[in-house]
Amino acid sequence: MKKYLSFFRLRFSMGLSYRAAAWAGIATQFVWGGMEIAMFLAFYREEPGKFPMTIEGIISYVWLQQAFLALFAAWMLEPEVFESIKDGNIAYEMCRPMKIYPMLFARAMAMRISRAALRCLPVILFAVLLPGPYGLEAPKGAGRFALFLGAMILGVLVTVAFGTLIYAVTFFTISPEGLRLLVTSAMDFFNGAIIPLPFFPDKMKQVMEILPFAAMQNVPLRIYSGDLQGNGALRAVMLQAFWLAVLVAAGWAVMARAERKLTVQGG
Amino acid sequence: MRAAVLLYGHYVSIHVKSMMQYKGSFLLAVTGQFLVSFNVFLGMFFMFQRFSAVGGFTYGQVILCFGIFLMEFSLAECIARGFDTFSSMVRKGEFDRVMVRPRGLVLQVLGSRFDLTRIGRMLQAVVMFAYGVKAGGICWDIPKALTVVFMLAGGTAVFFGIFLASAALCFFTLESLEIMNIFTDGAREFGKYPVGAYGKRLLQFCTFVIPYALVQHYPLLFLLGKRTEAWWMFVPLLAFWFVIPCYGFWRVGIKKYQSSGS
Repeated sequence: MKKYLSFFRLRFSMGLSYRAAAWAGIATQFVWGGMEIAMFLAFYREEPGKFPMTIEGIISYVWLQQAFLALFAAWMLEPEVFESIKDGNIAYEMCRPMKIYPMLFARAMAMRISRAALRCLPVILFAVLLPGPYGLEAPKGAGRFALFLGAMILGVLVTVAFGTLIYAVTFFTISPEGLRLLVTSAMDFFNGAIIPLPFFPDKMKQVMEILPFAAMQNVPLRIYSGDLQGNGALRAVMLQAFWLAVLVAAGWAVMARAERKLTVQGG
Repeated sequence: MRAAVLLYGHYVSIHVKSMMQYKGSFLLAVTGQFLVSFNVFLGMFFMFQRFSAVGGFTYGQVILCFGIFLMEFSLAECIARGFDTFSSMVRKGEFDRVMVRPRGLVLQVLGSRFDLTRIGRMLQAVVMFAYGVKAGGICWDIPKALTVVFMLAGGTAVFFGIFLASAALCFFTLESLEIMNIFTDGAREFGKYPVGAYGKRLLQFCTFVIPYALVQHYPLLFLLGKRTEAWWMFVPLLAFWFVIPCYGFWRVGIKKYQSSGS
């Protein structure tokens, strides 16, 4: 366990060194969030009765989504990992006295958390300072905030576990681009990155909420914005834990199989 | 001028030929382009399952708007991809070679890349446009058809200007800046709805600073019959002024250019 932690620490400080990129990213995310909110407000003005969330709720959802983009963004799978699986350099990593699955897991965690650490605070600070309905509202109650934090941690773990499963599957395909494209598009659509799940038609929403994609950003952001409450919220968090177990088990098994049958490409 | 066009045609044919050497990855990239913007479409589709209009525009009208705007973007991206990846050209010092050749700089940078994979996005734009033409409830006549042509021309010019300006920025920063994504990818993403729906202040910004609204919101009003005076059809052509300051900025950048390659 200790070696994976120090591996995590190493990759984490690597991620922290890209500061200029982070500032540019913060500005982009701020404008992006503002536009997204303007868009939802336009729909709200048209037919307020059909709006499935509170207006403060959706605004908080958007700001948190922008602040923690790096934690949940589907496209943040590392190209270097795909590249090393493709060109055979992954063999060097496999020679190390480490298990490959937890190593890739720690690496993905470090990348996402380091990028989010640089970016989230300024965005949240800006969003809190914004006037009236446009700003991020303060958390309602300590209990709900604690549940939000728990769901957040589980959400990141599920996202990373899913990503690592994709890496594992990549060992069996020589060209990963197609798989990556399909998976990231599906992830974006089903995890509430394109539009939050409450905006989908009810029957579809019910199905989507059970899928592993809904166990990523959907649960914490909706708990914070007050859309998921009480038993519904608890059930959603439990489902997150279930999917985390399933995805880790699946990823571990696929990776173990890949290790046994591995043919290294390249010379 | 004729020589320049011929040379550009030659550049394009080289790029197309080289891309066709890898047909598999070409098809995959086209599919990818299609999928990415298909998600944006799905988002719109499900929003309109719930709501019947936004900013006074119905589903069919918004689809028409998005279709045209996406076509403008993909046309510009297809042509001006060389400017989009200009930062690597500057960093590797390839731009020095470009400067010693006896041909125009813009032409050479344009010719350095030609990304046909963008037809994946184009394809989707065309499909949405076709649907929007049918569902938008427009009585088509010659001025309106001409308006669409002007929109395509003006919109391509606006995005071309933005690509040019962000390339010029690389002379000062070496790195391409993520902030410029707001004006390219951000505009493509949020241009799916007419600019007017986002509020008055943004409409003013998109009229006078970066003229997105001139190639999207105002001509759409004319197409839909919300504006009837004939001069509205020429509004998209006004957007061409935007290329002038962008080109000016590019000239300033070239004056300041110091080689960075080895």
